[in-house]
Amino acid sequence: MTARLGEAIALRVGASLVSLVFVVVAVFFITSALPGDVAEALLGQAATPDAIAALRHSLRLDQPVLLRFAGWAGGLLRGDFGTSLVSHQPVLSMVHDRLLHSLLLAGITTLFAVPAALLLGTLSAIFRNTVFDRTISLLTLCVVSVPEFLIATLAVLVFAVELHLLPALASISDIHSIGSFLAAFSMPVATLGCVIVGQMARMTRAVMVNVLSSSWVEMAMLKGVSPAFIILRHVLPNVIAPLFNVIALSLSYLLGGVVIVESVFHYPGIASLMVDSVASRDIPLVQTCAIIFCAAYLLLTTLADIVALCSSQERTRT
Amino acid sequence: MSLLPPTAPPPLISVQNLSLTGHRGRGPETPIVTNVSFNVAEGEMLALIGESGSGKTSIALALTGYARQGCRISGGTLRVAGHDVLHMNARELHAFRGMTIAYIAQNAGAAFNPALPLMEQVIEPALVHHIMPRKEAVEQAIALFELMALPSPHTIGARYPHECSGGQLQRIMAAMALITEPEVVIFDEPTTALDVTTQIEVLEAFRLAMRQCGFTGVYVTHDLAIVAQMADRAVVLKNGTVQEEGSTGQILTAPTQPYTQALVAASEPHTRNHDPAPASAPLLDVRDILVGYGGTTPEGRPVHTILNQVSLPVLAGETMGIIGESGCGKSTLIRAIAGIQPWSAGSMMFEGQPLAADINLRSPQQRQHLQLVAQNADLVLNPAMTVQATLRRVLTFYGEDASDNAIRHILDMVRLPAALASRLPTQLSGGQKQRVNLARALAARPRLVLCDEITAALDTVVAAAILDLMMELKRELSLSWLFVTHDLHALRSVCDHVAVLYAGHCVEFSTITALQTAPHHPYARKLEASVPEMRPDWLDNILRQHGLKQDKSGPAPASGCSYMPRCPVAAATCALTPPPVWQAPSGAFIACHRTAQELS
Repeated sequence: MTARLGEAIALRVGASLVSLVFVVVAVFFITSALPGDVAEALLGQAATPDAIAALRHSLRLDQPVLLRFAGWAGGLLRGDFGTSLVSHQPVLSMVHDRLLHSLLLAGITTLFAVPAALLLGTLSAIFRNTVFDRTISLLTLCVVSVPEFLIATLAVLVFAVELHLLPALASISDIHSIGSFLAAFSMPVATLGCVIVGQMARMTRAVMVNVLSSSWVEMAMLKGVSPAFIILRHVLPNVIAPLFNVIALSLSYLLGGVVIVESVFHYPGIASLMVDSVASRDIPLVQTCAIIFCAAYLLLTTLADIVALCSSQERTRT
Repeated sequence: MSLLPPTAPPPLISVQNLSLTGHRGRGPETPIVTNVSFNVAEGEMLALIGESGSGKTSIALALTGYARQGCRISGGTLRVAGHDVLHMNARELHAFRGMTIAYIAQNAGAAFNPALPLMEQVIEPALVHHIMPRKEAVEQAIALFELMALPSPHTIGARYPHECSGGQLQRIMAAMALITEPEVVIFDEPTTALDVTTQIEVLEAFRLAMRQCGFTGVYVTHDLAIVAQMADRAVVLKNGTVQEEGSTGQILTAPTQPYTQALVAASEPHTRNHDPAPASAPLLDVRDILVGYGGTTPEGRPVHTILNQVSLPVLAGETMGIIGESGCGKSTLIRAIAGIQPWSAGSMMFEGQPLAADINLRSPQQRQHLQLVAQNADLVLNPAMTVQATLRRVLTFYGEDASDNAIRHILDMVRLPAALASRLPTQLSGGQKQRVNLARALAARPRLVLCDEITAALDTVVAAAILDLMMELKRELSLSWLFVTHDLHALRSVCDHVAVLYAGHCVEFSTITALQTAPHHPYARKLEASVPEMRPDWLDNILRQHGLKQDKSGPAPASGCSYMPRCPVAAATCALTPPPVWQAPSGAFIACHRTAQELS
């Protein structure tokens, strides 16, 4: 029984690793196919053809693409993600702090958004087609449809510019107290929360409605089981797998999709690092960021699948 | 009517002027049930008889104080075992449901939580009502499993719902209902979704439980033969109103209301096929068809076989019936003939020409002359196309005259008024939809029509009308029908030849007259004996004859007779060699190791 589960999980993890290899290959070749030349970008308008050629040679940009890939991939295997073309620092050390900042923001947002979304979605499903459900549905629809830069900008306008309650920029370098922590994080977290809570709550509602309208929930009611007990004992084991998928999809957005929020609040996260590196044609940095985003996505969806496998393993014995 | 003699005890269930309303989406409220009143005395079993949409399930659920999403109990009084059901708060309702009144749902497969072991669900009513500790509840459940004649009662509770058969689940659900020893048990069409051979096992178990536990019951059904076995009194419902109320005997033998009379008449078996087909050359000749899935073995056979070398001829102008339980391969056979199910060995001839397995390789004429009518008209008819658009599509596809006149003519053939031509499928009744479904096939001017359980989803009266129509069309158009069913009554009333399918094997092939006389294949005999009859002592007789038996089932032998594990007359050879096919004096072909004398 557990051997079968272990085998299934190993298969799933293996599939994810294979996907990761494809991602790495795709990231390299797509970034090498990008227009623009880092040597030209670095030297600016005054560059002479000789200077550009010399720089290209020193950056090994004149080598065939497959050779460069071999060198780069070999580096990856040794844990060497290369050196920034612009700052000449190791990419990994540049990414390190930014990634921690992003994970912090994502973690705090998750802490608030996931319980809120699950609660809203479940309540809407229980009280489906009532005024409460319609109101939640309308609100979440509004929040999902409003672009996040608008929410972020409006928040800055209201709370920072007009009310002077919060600083407009999320400067996380000088967090010393709970107050400064709240000041730095409340607006970015609220903006991100709006986006993912709306989406998660709607998907949670769909999953829950599907289960709540099943015959066996009706049967449980007719057995005299109380509603809270029905949700906890009967519904929960059946929705764990789909709910984890909903959560995983929303959370994967928190790492890669937060460029706008990071820019508006000037938050030093990894998404804004990637934007900067694209602007300066700093290819090793772009590649590393892209790989991190994809790996995070793969990790989350794989985790969701493993949860689904574990939640159904009892039943799939033969 | 509701005035009882002064000496009689007060009824355990009293329903007065019950009204239920419901609405679809945001549509206006429409009545589902109006002014329904009836009483049930203690220890009595009352049948609620009605067709789909008559409100019988809504009434049964209302007895537990529950109305489905979109429905509402809008008036009346309900008293069940001293409780005023409509004036209880949520807490009182939770204490009432599952304790005083228990419910057995129609589809046991859907009524069990797929993520919990069965034992957890069976003892749940006892635990949530705090009537016994867990250990005692488990013992009680095992005792009930034994009473229900379930196989391995001590371990079956550890299984999950998908690990049990439909008939087992239905009996486990009965055990779940009885564990709290409720005063009232509601049976909501508990055997409708089951095969006849399984239904009889479940009915036997219910009957035993009734004797042992002595509860008051409400039995919801549309099947009058089951009413005759299970109920003392019956209430006949139509469109949410009571048509007639009386003792079971009176309702079944001397109904006074026209609707009840029509119901009883439609349930009586009778022959519709008045002019048997003349002997003629086979129109369709199926030879040794082998269908399977799951890849092929090194010997070139499918890993899992659905149809194992099935052969049958369909003569021109006859109705050929195929009968068998769910999973026997009858729908697969129809799909193979229709060209939408590839087969791995065997051949088919149609109108003297070989028939390709893939419908795209068949000639236009073959495709036109061979039409399929699917079981569920709701799923087949395009909901966005009007009736005439659906029919015109067929006519233009085959290059026929597609004028309004031609469409009117086709509608006339299936006895539908021309005014329906501009309607959408959602604006038609179930019977009308099935007629349009038939008309769609007839528009192609077929020679052979394949019917896959076309009456299974219909109410008795409507189904009877469709069978009548089939026979009229057979006469008028000299059509051949291939009629797949699990309903032996329907089969007998329309067919000329019958093939009995079991586990992908054709175990018996005979004329309809030979089906009435011995000998028979043991499975055909079992099928015959399992069809409920209107005689009220039918079930008791069967119980008396053999007592309650545990399910006989087990893996079929790899080489040998696939019916062997369930066969009452199996011998040692049955497990080793495939049964030979021999012809009985009646003309029937039977695949069995036993001889004609032994099976007579």
